[in-house]
Amino acid sequence: MTIQLSHFSSAILFAVFASVVFGITQRNEPREMVRYGLYCFAMFAGGVIVAGWVMWLIRR
Amino acid sequence: MANSTTKTKPAEPLVQVSPITPMSVAAPAIAWLIPGAGHLIQKRWVRGALLMLSIVAMFLLGLAMEGRVYKPNGGDILDMLGFVGNVGGGGLYILTRALDWGHGAIAHATADYGTKFLIVAGLLNFIAVADAYHIAIGKKQ
Repeated sequence: MTIQLSHFSSAILFAVFASVVFGITQRNEPREMVRYGLYCFAMFAGGVIVAGWVMWLIRR
Repeated sequence: MANSTTKTKPAEPLVQVSPITPMSVAAPAIAWLIPGAGHLIQKRWVRGALLMLSIVAMFLLGLAMEGRVYKPNGGDILDMLGFVGNVGGGGLYILTRALDWGHGAIAHATADYGTKFLIVAGLLNFIAVADAYHIAIGKKQ
């Protein structure tokens, strides 16, 4: 079975999985884990969007 | 005459050495072999399940995206690092090699994402292994 994801959906899936692991492993309390996981996800996803716009500006 | 003898406290060790327990050996080993299992055997059910889901899903997505599976090599430094990342997958990597899953070369552009998914899944598992060890020695709850 093979799948072909778009660049964006690949990046979002990457962000979800990495954020879950970072949240669980880098914090001690469950509440902090959730907050840090969400923070990591926002940074990953935000970074993708910002990088996309930067590349768009460079291309113009 | 004043008593000049003063008792000094014995110096405390700078590095606190944790005792080796069966769990401190078994948890990282099992965590490497089966992602998330190091937490599960220590009764961290939710954390273990989430780690397992994330790492296994990432590895399987990497395979489904036709990512490259690195073999032991002594060539290019990036190939060697790719192998180190893949080995982090533990049992998943062993199974992949045994059943000859995965691809040796990248066939199309999005397959490169698959390669990165496979490597990062292994690296995330290394972090999960370290976390399981920290729980086993009592450094983390």
